[in-house]
Amino acid sequence: MAADFSWIRAEPNGIRITPAGCWIDPVRPVERALITHGHSDHARGGHQRTMATAPTLSIMRLRYGVEEGGVPATYGETVELAGGVTATFFPAGHVLGSAQILLEHAGERIVVTGDYKRRLDPTCPAFVPIPCDVLVTEATFGLPVFHHPPIEEEIARLLGALTAQPERCVLVGAYALGKAQRLIAELRLAGHTQPIYLHGAMERMCRLYEEYGIDLGDLRLVADSPKADLAGHIVVCPPSALNDRWTRRLPDPITAMASGWMRVRQRARQRNVELPLIISDHADWEELTSTISEVDPAETWITHGREEALLRWCELNQRRARALALAGYEDEDD
Amino acid sequence: MEAFAALLDALVYTRSRNNKLALIADYLRRTPDPDRGWALAALTDGLDFPAVKASTIRNLLNDRVDSMLFALSRDYVGDTAETASLLWPEPIATTAPVPSVSEAVDALAGMTRATVMHELPELLDRLDANGRYALLKLATGAMRIGISARLAKLAFAQAFGVSVDEVEEYWHGQTAPYQPLFNWAAHGAEPPSGEDLPLFRPFMLAHPLDATVVDMADYAAEWKWDGIRVQIVHAGGETRVYSRSGDDISGTFPEIASALYIPAVLDGELLVRGTHQGGEQGGAASFNALQQRLGRKTVSKAMLAASPAFVRLYDALIIEGEDLREHAWEQRRELLERFIPRLDPERFDLSQIVPASSLDELAIIRERARDDAIEGVMLKRRDSPYVAGRRTGLWYKWKRDPLLVDCVLMYAQRGSGKRSSYYSDYTFGCWNGDPDTGAELLPVGKAYFGFTDEELKWLDRYVRNHTVGKFGPVRETDKSLVFEVAFDSVHESKRHKSGLAMRFPRINRIRSDKPAHEADRIETLRAMIRD
Repeated sequence: MAADFSWIRAEPNGIRITPAGCWIDPVRPVERALITHGHSDHARGGHQRTMATAPTLSIMRLRYGVEEGGVPATYGETVELAGGVTATFFPAGHVLGSAQILLEHAGERIVVTGDYKRRLDPTCPAFVPIPCDVLVTEATFGLPVFHHPPIEEEIARLLGALTAQPERCVLVGAYALGKAQRLIAELRLAGHTQPIYLHGAMERMCRLYEEYGIDLGDLRLVADSPKADLAGHIVVCPPSALNDRWTRRLPDPITAMASGWMRVRQRARQRNVELPLIISDHADWEELTSTISEVDPAETWITHGREEALLRWCELNQRRARALALAGYEDEDD
Repeated sequence: MEAFAALLDALVYTRSRNNKLALIADYLRRTPDPDRGWALAALTDGLDFPAVKASTIRNLLNDRVDSMLFALSRDYVGDTAETASLLWPEPIATTAPVPSVSEAVDALAGMTRATVMHELPELLDRLDANGRYALLKLATGAMRIGISARLAKLAFAQAFGVSVDEVEEYWHGQTAPYQPLFNWAAHGAEPPSGEDLPLFRPFMLAHPLDATVVDMADYAAEWKWDGIRVQIVHAGGETRVYSRSGDDISGTFPEIASALYIPAVLDGELLVRGTHQGGEQGGAASFNALQQRLGRKTVSKAMLAASPAFVRLYDALIIEGEDLREHAWEQRRELLERFIPRLDPERFDLSQIVPASSLDELAIIRERARDDAIEGVMLKRRDSPYVAGRRTGLWYKWKRDPLLVDCVLMYAQRGSGKRSSYYSDYTFGCWNGDPDTGAELLPVGKAYFGFTDEELKWLDRYVRNHTVGKFGPVRETDKSLVFEVAFDSVHESKRHKSGLAMRFPRINRIRSDKPAHEADRIETLRAMIRD
């Protein structure tokens, strides 16, 4: 049988599963959407029916208000869609609720990874490699310069900076969904039991994580705390607030940012970062390429990121691959 | 190498000058000889390894990494050394220990074009990514981390609790790894001797007079010429021309460097011949004319003929081996006057004394200075020795009052470091005609100082509340706020749309009381040109 996979197509709007009449992570409102995870470049509001894991639906409710038509998906349970297509959600290890979606139709298996990572993350279940014919992968950090060091090393550097200058605070810019909670959870695992202070925009998402049983310890709001109390403590804010007026209420903050981009010095300098922490919720180059080797699909499709380099790697390793050139996905702050 | 790599990384991410100083000083204190000397040379771009070029690094990488993946990575990272440090394949088993800075320097110095392709990889294999970055930066001499020679000397002085003036003086003539300097500063040995070497001596500087009242019986007055302060040194058969910062600018002004052949250290103002400053008698062109010659490594014959330079001498530090710095200014002046006839009159003349019996009388003379396009006057205590730096009570500068113009705030940009959350850099403009009949504002300058911290907070809020457009870090305002801008002079400039450029503009006052349409016009500013 010649595989053609014509039942699934990349369109500017997202990935379309034609026989089932639905889309994966569409950038515009559609009738039926399957959502891999809650980041706003993948999960948009306004779909009539949304199938996603329960935490992802909760995140979308939190971000877009009340949403009707949510259909919860459970990891590992196969669901019948229309037109003889089935879908199964598997953990992607990216953020709470994140999933890869296995689609099966006419004996063909396609896995859409969404965003994923291979490192262990105390806030979500680990990525599982799923055998398939087509692997639709991301390539956010798809350049061989990207190597994420073990998170323990980065956490140790953060705590080191905190003790070295106890009269200052360390202000960490971290993506409000996922990165912030993972950072806090890792700090707790490293034995840091001090209160951690939050920018107001972080609070609701942290509470949601706690509702899903992830213990983040003693969290307080910067807004409720006198400036002097913050010295010697960690403050977490969205990256956009790092150089904002808001920072004037902090005691001489050491500006840090938790992001895979911090691997590159000029990227850190552009953001006025003093303490770059290389912490990412995406696969680095080694993980992207070893995942392709491990899953060993007949074809690799690359959704977004530095797809040129990953395509080149596939070519060098005699693997069929193509770039889907989808618009609208990019985590500048991750 | 690990400590040096960590220092380099910390410097990359540190914006504050004081923090940079502290980082370097700390490193210098903790690091053994000769590593710290080599590191200091590397930071100030004082090392050169001819066998290692950027192309060497590219070739090494292309042997190990697919060339397209390397090119894509290089484009993204924007720096060859950094890209290479990240892409270098980790060695299977590290056999040799991490090299020290001096070990690395010795190895790099011993490499030739024939051996570099196998010797450099051996070094890289002994380092981690940050270490490889530091090594490649050190090897190619392209640090680009904003550490000037001056900053390095300040850090050195801070590290060992010695005076920066002494560091300046002993530094010259020393080469990496500066062992005699460390012996002196860190181990209490005799300072390195500078006899028979054309070394730089730190300048004596002046305080602004401001509200100070001095008795003119104790002081002599001179014109403050608007050129660049230089020191001309002849020793051991060689002549050097040094700028205020101690940079050797002999190559830029060969006619001066070749005109002194008597052993001496002289202090004066470097000027270009003309009539702009002080008319025929003053004999000097404007600073703008001098600027055409600055910053050039070589100078054409045509330029030497069109803009010949000369030095107007203020002082003598050493004449024929005799150090005069302990002598009173009056004595030095007398010796200088006696020395001048032995110099080439084309290249050297004497700064004249301005006779004035009181400050009031001097004030009247100083007012004329603007017509003569002279910067102001200097006051020198007659019994002052020549001491490095600024010493209270000895020398004063009394600049003529600044020029003032009312401008309208047009754009504001965020500052850096402590000011990164504030809109602290302001671009302002003047009207190109009558604002009531449709004239437009054209930018005439940019300033980021002259206001207090309180005023900065106020201005920041003002900018945020009056923004009409955003372009990246820049905000366009509704052009409603008037600044009284002070500046030293204004010149024609092709760089700005208004055709004018100010020298040293600063915000003198915030005129929130003044409506924008009453701000000054371009023509008012243009009339202030004295070129």
